[in-house]
Amino acid sequence: MLARHYIGESWKHGLLIIGALIVLIPFYMMVSMSLKSQQEIQSISGGLVGAQEIQTFPVCTKHGYTEEVCTMRPYKYNFWFAFKKAPIPRYLMNGLIVTVSIFLIQVLIALPCSYALAKLRFKGREFVFSMVLFCLLIPVHAIALPLYVMLAKAGLVDTYAALIIPWTISVFGIFLMRQFFMTVPDELIDAARMDGMGEYSIVWKVMLPVAIPALLAFAIFSVVAHWNDYFWPRIVITGNRDLFTPPLGIREFRGGIDSDEFGPMMASIVTVTIPLIVAFIVAQKRFVEGITMTGMK
Amino acid sequence: MGTISLKNINKSFGSTEVLKQLSLDIQDGEFLTLVGPSGCGKSTLLKIIAGLEQQNSGDVIIDDKNVNSTRASKRDLAMVFQSYALYPHLTVRKNLETPLKLRDYSFVERLPLVGNFVPSRKEKKKSIDDLVFKTSETLKITELLDRKPGQLSGGQRQRAALGRAMVREPVAFLMDEPLSNLDAALRVHMRSELSELHNSLKTTFIYVTHDQAEALTMSTRMAVMIDGELLQLDTPSEVYNNPSSLRVAEFVGSPKINTFAAQISSDGSVEFMGIKLERKFNTNSQKALVAVRPEHLEITKDSNKPAFEATVSYRENLGSDIFYHVQVDQSDSKIIVRGSPARLISNGETVRISPSHAEAMLFETSGERIR
Repeated sequence: MLARHYIGESWKHGLLIIGALIVLIPFYMMVSMSLKSQQEIQSISGGLVGAQEIQTFPVCTKHGYTEEVCTMRPYKYNFWFAFKKAPIPRYLMNGLIVTVSIFLIQVLIALPCSYALAKLRFKGREFVFSMVLFCLLIPVHAIALPLYVMLAKAGLVDTYAALIIPWTISVFGIFLMRQFFMTVPDELIDAARMDGMGEYSIVWKVMLPVAIPALLAFAIFSVVAHWNDYFWPRIVITGNRDLFTPPLGIREFRGGIDSDEFGPMMASIVTVTIPLIVAFIVAQKRFVEGITMTGMK
Repeated sequence: MGTISLKNINKSFGSTEVLKQLSLDIQDGEFLTLVGPSGCGKSTLLKIIAGLEQQNSGDVIIDDKNVNSTRASKRDLAMVFQSYALYPHLTVRKNLETPLKLRDYSFVERLPLVGNFVPSRKEKKKSIDDLVFKTSETLKITELLDRKPGQLSGGQRQRAALGRAMVREPVAFLMDEPLSNLDAALRVHMRSELSELHNSLKTTFIYVTHDQAEALTMSTRMAVMIDGELLQLDTPSEVYNNPSSLRVAEFVGSPKINTFAAQISSDGSVEFMGIKLERKFNTNSQKALVAVRPEHLEITKDSNKPAFEATVSYRENLGSDIFYHVQVDQSDSKIIVRGSPARLISNGETVRISPSHAEAMLFETSGERIR
């Protein structure tokens, strides 16, 4: 009886483990390749970390460094050369500026909107809300071209503004926060009004602190989406390398004379991914809460 | 001062009329209870007084000032809510300070950081601290001041919510079923505390409840509201003993009052269930309803007393009292009779029931009282 139970459970777990492996293997390869030398990568040998023999790297000397400088262990070389070849800290900084600005402005706009949609009575409220739902259905790619033309006409191509402005109104954020505010009792708002707060004070001093869990969930959605976004930055950042976001930066490692040197390329990808992984681990519980709370994605 | 008067208040949500031409005068320092079944509009009325809801027509007058267009916070009223509505992210102390800061501080003084440098703020802060401390002493919540609402029990939250209302020293307190989230024992205890608080503050209390026991025990006057209309406004004993209509008589009192069909002869004498009432009534109707409270019906063995026969179908033992649900033999109606615990009667037994003539009330079939 008990054994049967375990067998019944184990096939489920087996299936889940296989699923997890499929997701994890690319990650494993990324980390492994960022540590190994080019020969080990090409011959698919050396396990996770490779032999880590001290060697001189030809691509490095081709770039004009002395042989002495170019002699080191592969893991060190991959990360050192990645940072030498592209201004990765700059890219990370750009990513940070863009994602944080987007998130803050999204909150600034979404909170009052969702408060009004959830708690204020006005004519046409249901219509406005149905428009919000409708906007959820529009894919970015469909409106990319008109957006680009608008930004180009305004002379904003190749600026931070081009990266940020199109995302500042998040209908998903408005929808998510509206659903959350619906669960906040009206009495709390009435109490704040009796105490003398205006509607904006209520939004920032009462609703915002109450909504922290929902906001954190939204923060993760928003930051992950825009940190990883390749499509939009690729369109509006045409030349200025100083404005490259991390995904655009990784592209730097493709092409050119040393296009097939995977070690430094993978090292740069690891560097770009680490902030998100750390953020995810820190906020893991909230993230899962957020997804289950909205029942979306 | 805290006189509040409402003149011809009308309110409807969409096509549903919630309040119909309601007028009400509340005197300074009284404990007025608005009581009625759920959905009768009593909470809406309270919100209209508070300024949280706008009436469609009619006037709200506080201390001889028309406040129709005055914002909720400027009406100098404080409200206690059923769910307490404490700010969950602030400590009890901050919860109590909030209304005072919003009232006393200027815009600049309220600013974070910058506010600290305004010299007048220090004095105001001192007086706020004093008020918060004094209030917490009165309510015995001093040791809870640094906790958040989530760490408090229901009764403690209730006190904190009362405290937040009290610190402002308002002209009147508005309470929207403040005790209904508490357990039974605590509710009875808080009733007496609220009454004591009212006695010591001597401020006007307007208290909304659907629980007629709360209304009967605490209020100076109670206003019975049913379907958006004010049916009777009087002292609890007057409402209980002398209801103006059958609806009031049926709502107030537990168990519910018993009604019997009655015939009226041309000389004004009333007969029901084969019993002739001693009193005569002045009315033209021929049919009416006699209403008698359970405690005014007596189970008797005395065959000389006018009485009717009934069969006990269910016995409700409350310890101090026993209520018998009895099936009247001549008709199919069920009534409730209070019996004494001295003699228990078992289900199925036939008893003789005799009404107290002085306490029987007569109503028109439409519900108006015949005196």
